[in-house]
Amino acid sequence: MGKPTLAVWKFTSCDGCQLTLLDCEDELLAIADAVQIKHFPEATRKDLPGPFDVSLVEGSISTPAEAERIKRIREETGTLVAIGACATSGGIQALRNFADLDEFQRIIYPHPEFLHSLEQVAPIAAHVDVDYELRGCPIDKRQLLGLLSALLKGRRPDLPKGAVCNECKQRGVNCLLVEGKEPCLGPITQAGCGAICPSYNRGCYGCFGPSDSAQPEALIPVLSRLGLADPDIVRMLRTYNAAAPKLAAAGDRLEGAHDDA
Amino acid sequence: MLFDHPLPEVIDRAGLDQLVKLLQADGYTVVGPTERDGALVLDELAGGADLPDGIGVETGAGHYRLRERADGAVFNHSAGPQSWKQFVHPPRQRVDAPEPVRRLAFIGVRPCDLAALAILDGVLGAAPYPDDRYLARRDQIFVVAVNCVEPGNTCFCASTGTGPAAEWGYDLVLTEQEGEGGHRFLLGTGSVAGEEILDRLTHRTATGGEIREARRAVDDAAGSMGRSMPETDLRGLLNRARGSEHWEQVANRCLACANCTMVCPTCFCTTVEDATDLEGDNAERWQRWDSCFDPDFSYIHGGAVRKSVGSRYRQWMSHKLSTWHDQFGTSGCVGCGRCIAWCPAGIDITAEAAALAEKERTR
Repeated sequence: MGKPTLAVWKFTSCDGCQLTLLDCEDELLAIADAVQIKHFPEATRKDLPGPFDVSLVEGSISTPAEAERIKRIREETGTLVAIGACATSGGIQALRNFADLDEFQRIIYPHPEFLHSLEQVAPIAAHVDVDYELRGCPIDKRQLLGLLSALLKGRRPDLPKGAVCNECKQRGVNCLLVEGKEPCLGPITQAGCGAICPSYNRGCYGCFGPSDSAQPEALIPVLSRLGLADPDIVRMLRTYNAAAPKLAAAGDRLEGAHDDA
Repeated sequence: MLFDHPLPEVIDRAGLDQLVKLLQADGYTVVGPTERDGALVLDELAGGADLPDGIGVETGAGHYRLRERADGAVFNHSAGPQSWKQFVHPPRQRVDAPEPVRRLAFIGVRPCDLAALAILDGVLGAAPYPDDRYLARRDQIFVVAVNCVEPGNTCFCASTGTGPAAEWGYDLVLTEQEGEGGHRFLLGTGSVAGEEILDRLTHRTATGGEIREARRAVDDAAGSMGRSMPETDLRGLLNRARGSEHWEQVANRCLACANCTMVCPTCFCTTVEDATDLEGDNAERWQRWDSCFDPDFSYIHGGAVRKSVGSRYRQWMSHKLSTWHDQFGTSGCVGCGRCIAWCPAGIDITAEAAALAEKERTR
């Protein structure tokens, strides 16, 4: 039996999540030994045909061509893993979902008629079935290695669905919100990063996107008590995972409350 | 009773440093309260100087600040973000390999936390299926308790029957005194190991005045708790409240972030993760803290049993105050107040219990 095959795909994205795989310097040879890499634009010009046992898919679906391409990849892939904020929620480019696309295109491009964009930037899962998601901007190297190791051995990968707070408490990082130090999205953000930012006394800015049980509406009064005005809170909610439905809804409600006033 | 037999001895502030040194000389890693990143955390002490002299805390619902005290008191601060649980039941531990057991000495264990350790002993250490790793760690621990003479705003151990006096479960017990006569600690013993350490400490016998003062301070502490549990049969109340609409009201404020369960000194739930390397040559099995607020906690075939946040808060509070009795014969709450202070949303278990009692009374 041959080695399992791996493909890494790029859609609308900055390539940073692909680079996380290349950043696995100590493990890179082991990965290359364990799998046959058929497609990986950041690493090789090689472009071998499918099928692919595992596809890691980076980026959002932003154009009609991408919407077609992801369907073909899905058909040729056994286990499809969406990697990074773009692939799992639409990423930072999904901010255009909250604005007028035509206006943006007219301002920036001399010939907007050459552009073919979808009305809405969407995550991979909005177009095809996704088997696993690795969150983050960028993804976490340990989670990526854990996922690949698990898939190679046919195990279910360990991808906690709880909040970043679990990781702060487990590694002994004091709560920035309770100490009144920094606004923090940790209580509504999915764990997996190891609570990097809070461990440096920086509030979590939510790059892993909302946790499964995220309650942004319950966090808004907590942020207000720290002195944040509603527009500031909307800006906190609308960054790397702006189009994640729970964050978008909370931001829309806060904005709506001001429009009415 | 506490201050009568045997009569307490007295050490001064330097005696506390000496105590840390003696314990270290006996091979203990000494753990106690120390200041880090805006809170008093529990960590290894290099020496007695790492203890938080003159640092107090101001706590409230979802609120914790350090403050400078007018006196030099070392132990007059209510519970910080951590509990001793992290040392006897660590956040993450490998369970498929032997673990070298460290001899730990805990300094500054409050009565609420002594009660919590006793509860964990019953949960993790009891027959017929004791956790051998827990027992091995617990066996090696030397406990220096501290009677509580200055409860905080989120404290309610008087109403849970778990403080403010340390009754048992310690090797040594301190009662801190400031003011006339200098900064000193009345010291009582609770074990042979404690007596042996006392013999090597520079100490004198307590005066009658000091003993009366200590007794009065602990009595006063019972009357100055910032909060209290409602005086009702909580076990029955929570049992009857399963269908209450109140849970959805709490859910509107609850972040489902699991902080309450992480800081609780008795929450003990864990999950297991397997890890293999890429080559498949090595496999490891790790256990880590889990929380009933995590959606996967109640995951079984077909999905999670407790899908709503309200049902998860109900599960946590009902277990703590009611079904814990059915399962382990005691309440699971020791009144330390950590879940109140360290809930970012400031949800207060005593207020929720009072609200449930009030709703039942007026129905």
